[in-house]
Amino acid sequence: MTYASTQVFFFVYLLHMSKKCSTFAAEIEQNRIIPVKSNMNSVKIIEIKKSVFEDNDRAADALRGALKKKGVYLLNLMSAPGSGKTTTLIQTINLLKDKIRIAVMEADIDSDVDAIKIKEGTGVESIQLHTGGMCHLDAEMTQQGLDAFGNRCAEVHTAPLNEQATDASALPTGRTTLAPVGDPSMGLDLVILENVGNLVCPAEFDTGAVKNAMILSVPEGHDKPLKYPLMFSVCDVVVINKIDVMPYFDFDLEKCKEYIHMRNPKAQVIPVCAKTGEGVEAFADWLLTEVKNWKE
Amino acid sequence: MHELGIVFYIIRDVKKAAEEHGVKHVSAVVMSIGEVSTIIPDYLQDCWRWAADKEEMLKGCELKIEPIPAVTHCDSCGQDYPTVAHGKICPHCGSEQTWLLRGNEVEIKQIEV
Repeated sequence: MTYASTQVFFFVYLLHMSKKCSTFAAEIEQNRIIPVKSNMNSVKIIEIKKSVFEDNDRAADALRGALKKKGVYLLNLMSAPGSGKTTTLIQTINLLKDKIRIAVMEADIDSDVDAIKIKEGTGVESIQLHTGGMCHLDAEMTQQGLDAFGNRCAEVHTAPLNEQATDASALPTGRTTLAPVGDPSMGLDLVILENVGNLVCPAEFDTGAVKNAMILSVPEGHDKPLKYPLMFSVCDVVVINKIDVMPYFDFDLEKCKEYIHMRNPKAQVIPVCAKTGEGVEAFADWLLTEVKNWKE
Repeated sequence: MHELGIVFYIIRDVKKAAEEHGVKHVSAVVMSIGEVSTIIPDYLQDCWRWAADKEEMLKGCELKIEPIPAVTHCDSCGQDYPTVAHGKICPHCGSEQTWLLRGNEVEIKQIEV
């Protein structure tokens, strides 16, 4: 199943579900005998005043702290379905895999085609996460993915969502320098999380990644930063993919950069063509510098 | 499209708060939802009904949504204006140096027991 068809399937599923829900709700309304409460005092109000994202933000901060201790850099890569995340990743990893130890977590609603593509295209370890119908990953799901790498990424446990954040300093210290790549028992330097293809929901949930990057492809159009402001404001790097087909589309690269910087003045913009590899080394260089700085 | 995920977070927080107060059943949850929070109230209600009725503590529990109007502040002229009507560009001076003051909240305000 392609990304696009997976997404379509998901929407159909949601539509179907919401229809079912409204029927269900109507049934309850019809059948329920509503007890009359004459005394208003029978209702007690408990104030909560808490953001729905608060627990996830705390879990994400704790995860980042633990990753720092272990010297593992986590990149959260986001984009719309079909923008070329997997192809860009394969090119990038092939430029970096002799310098640092890399693993990939592929998050999708269904299928494992991406994890297999990464494994076949690069040889690095890759795992597939299924979100069970959810349109994004949160810090807890990311932690579960990291657990799958075993002790190569171990001891990065965060507090369960309902408890206070763990004190990261209590965890054992990990490697802080780059070790030879050949030894598979050594811990990982870089884990790349390929988030669910979607420009809305993944931007709202902090995964615990050190940095966020996103890919915008030429056919999507240069106006996307205006339409999906949150996504562009949380990303440190925006890779513009498929620049080889620019002559066939009304894509204005300068306008696109302008719109991106309206949302995030510090965002780096890297134009690439993942198919031919053009420009990918700029993204790989940025990532390598990031990983080295994270370990200092 | 993210409403179901948000509902799971609400349920987790509400159950936790109810348990802390020794409450066995919650009759209503009041949410403060910002106008530009990208949450569609109808979808949230549908997802809520579906998920909440699966929880013993939240069977039949009503979800009340209190909207928070979105307001943007302009750094150039110092005035505030309604975000939904005017977007990023200040209607008073035409500046783009503006930022969202409020309106993207997704907050559990209170529960009724």
